[in-house]
Amino acid sequence: MRQQLEANTRELEALAHSQGLDYYPVDFELVPPEFMTEVAVYGLPVRMPHWSFGVRYIHQYVQHRMGHSRLFEVVFPGNPGRAYLSQNNSLEENTLVVAHVLGHADFSRNNLLFQRTQEQVGYDIVELAATRARQIADFAEAHGVERVERVLDAALALEQHIDVNQPLRRGRYPEYVADTAPPPRDPFRSRFGQLPGETSHGTVRERRRAPVPPHPEQDLLWLVATYGEQLEDWERDIFLMVREESFYFQPVFSCQIMNEGWASYWHARLLREADFLPQSLYLEAVRTHSDVVRPYAGEDQTALAINPYHLGFTLWERIVRDQGLDAARAIMTQDDDFSFVRNQLTEELAEELRLFRYQASSDGEIRITDFDINDLHESILAPKFNFGAPRISVTELRTDGTLVLRHDHKTDGRGLDLRRARRVLDYLKHIWRRPVILHTVDEQGGHRILESA
Amino acid sequence: MPIQSASSPQSGDRRWYDLFSRGARDWLRHNEKIREAVRSSLPDLVSESGILTGSGGRTVQVPVRFLEHYRFRLGTPETQTGVGQGRGSPGDVLRPADTSGEGGRKGSAGDGGGGVELVIELKVDDIVDWLWEELALPNLKPKTGAVQEDDYVRTGWDRRGPRSRLDRRRSLKEAIKRRNVSGTGPMFTDDDLRYRQLVKKPRPSNDAVLLLAMDVSSSVTEDERKLAKTFFFWVLQGLRRQYQHIETAFIAHTTHAWEFTEEEFFQVSGHGGTVASRAFVKAQQLVQERYSPARYNIYLFYASDGENFSEDRRASLRALRELGQLASFMGYVETGLSIRDPLQTESGEIFRRLTQEGLPAAGYPLRAEADVWEAIRAFFKQQSET
Repeated sequence: MRQQLEANTRELEALAHSQGLDYYPVDFELVPPEFMTEVAVYGLPVRMPHWSFGVRYIHQYVQHRMGHSRLFEVVFPGNPGRAYLSQNNSLEENTLVVAHVLGHADFSRNNLLFQRTQEQVGYDIVELAATRARQIADFAEAHGVERVERVLDAALALEQHIDVNQPLRRGRYPEYVADTAPPPRDPFRSRFGQLPGETSHGTVRERRRAPVPPHPEQDLLWLVATYGEQLEDWERDIFLMVREESFYFQPVFSCQIMNEGWASYWHARLLREADFLPQSLYLEAVRTHSDVVRPYAGEDQTALAINPYHLGFTLWERIVRDQGLDAARAIMTQDDDFSFVRNQLTEELAEELRLFRYQASSDGEIRITDFDINDLHESILAPKFNFGAPRISVTELRTDGTLVLRHDHKTDGRGLDLRRARRVLDYLKHIWRRPVILHTVDEQGGHRILESA
Repeated sequence: MPIQSASSPQSGDRRWYDLFSRGARDWLRHNEKIREAVRSSLPDLVSESGILTGSGGRTVQVPVRFLEHYRFRLGTPETQTGVGQGRGSPGDVLRPADTSGEGGRKGSAGDGGGGVELVIELKVDDIVDWLWEELALPNLKPKTGAVQEDDYVRTGWDRRGPRSRLDRRRSLKEAIKRRNVSGTGPMFTDDDLRYRQLVKKPRPSNDAVLLLAMDVSSSVTEDERKLAKTFFFWVLQGLRRQYQHIETAFIAHTTHAWEFTEEEFFQVSGHGGTVASRAFVKAQQLVQERYSPARYNIYLFYASDGENFSEDRRASLRALRELGQLASFMGYVETGLSIRDPLQTESGEIFRRLTQEGLPAAGYPLRAEADVWEAIRAFFKQQSET
């Protein structure tokens, strides 16, 4: 299969280039399916060890064994990009996967979010993560597995709490409040200054210490690593490593619909136009395509979740048809899922796709509620806001070292799961080693303050 | 474009990812943590009567939940909204409410695996180890005063002996010493050889017998019996580390007493009244016939709901007093789920008197599973202090 696949890949790449796809070279590798399972669980081929991955692994493993899920490909952006194909796939499937991967490679080179991440995190995330994993293994040797695990418990629990609008390498806050210009000399001020006992305050400038943080800080990983007085250096390092990987994962997460759609659009288009492929291969590949890019599972006629492959694919097809490839490429470069779905998923298209909103109540009843396009947009995007995590920021760092976290329950619409929040505070307090306080609301909307014991 | 492959000829060796499974490594670590978690809830584990059904008796199976790695999450709202795809119009019910009454369905499979259970198998020995650490108990020593037994013990070396006891290291040392002094001579001489010497030495007996007696009259319920069984189980496990050989005998009684096998013992149930002295006399008989106090350390445990004919008190006391002279310990396990004042029963009174008379006896009230832990702690504390 390998020689044939290599030949197909060469020809597909030539075709892709002629179609305007622009990507860094991609290293393909055929790997056993067990390896694919691991990559799906860890997000990266070699990543820091943590028991929570073990739980995901066993779930994935069981599902895989029962044939519920089938992983076709994993690809890592970079220069070169790296793609892993399952060696158990047929030649037809893998030919399709190669075309799909080329779409991803094009996307990750050109999309601005991906570009910014790669400029900061680097162009070889696979190697970087492996290096980090090795460093963490060294830490475990030096400080003991349990201590390292405790740090990872806390850092990975806060994995999603980063701020990608700030640079990856980020300095401390300014130490002093910036000087504000003296108020302009208007007639009132000059007369006021002449009052008896009134000295000219404006001229004496005190340097005032700036509060930490000067504004609510969303990047919890960064703040803990930077301002945690009690952290040891290697513990800071672990927090920053986790943060670095989160910076890499963030665009993957927030462009999933676009990215999978783009790759699906291109595998379909490249295979359609690949007249060098035998007809039988094409038919087999198209069958695989329709297995992946379909809204419903099996014989079902309704689905309670959106298949991002199908939604993205449909949107891109429509955009290329109506607005042309150049416009599509511009959208691909500039958008993320939020702008993409809001701008491109029109009322007509939603109707055509038969999208609906439903409500599932706690007694198990599921009922269709409406087709409102704005509500549809927001419901599709709701799980994607803020990297999929509740909005929690550090609002205060008290002089005794107390860390005050505040949950923005108004924007999130409801309070935190209090039991879980307490456990996260437990993780955090071992590392922060000073009191940690969290403000949120309970189910009734009453103000709740959780405090690490 | 070359595509690398695990089976490609240029890389005949196995690839790096074949060397070990990272997922399996982290899974094992997860299981290790589960063990630790189970350990930290030891009282629950010990009181759980269901665990005793483990295979072979040397391990127990404990159902546990997957550990969840916690993250900040929003609370679960009353109703969740989502987007679906397919035919339908507003108001259509896609799935009817769950009428079975049992709350809502579990959410879609998350990464936490909240509801999934797995069963881990723990070695009974490990649990007893934990128990010991948890109770901060010293290792129990065999009772002194138990009768001596002859044993061969190694003490020193001799120049003569059978070939099998030749100590080569020691002999070589002797040869080196000799050659160093004389400066010359053969490699080995007969005088260099050293043999390990064995001496007959008395040793405290390391055998014990655990006599478990139980009231199986109709007033004792199934739950009460389970409590007793759990307690007996851990007592036996604890004594196992004290004695090399431990035997058990099971006596059930109503107005008569019979000896049973272990399986039968916990299943039999009888009718009629309660005459506890019959069981104690039966125990005495067994001691006379099979478990000579000269060889065995004797432990007697009696489980009952506390009821006994008051005319039987004298006979019971007599039998227990005689036994108390021979036994290392006599325990009374009161399993009355409905008893208001623990140990204020007829049987409780009997054992209290024995304690007052200075005999090694004590009573343990078991009214709920949670009491098992306390009772075990109390019993082994006493054992390690005396």
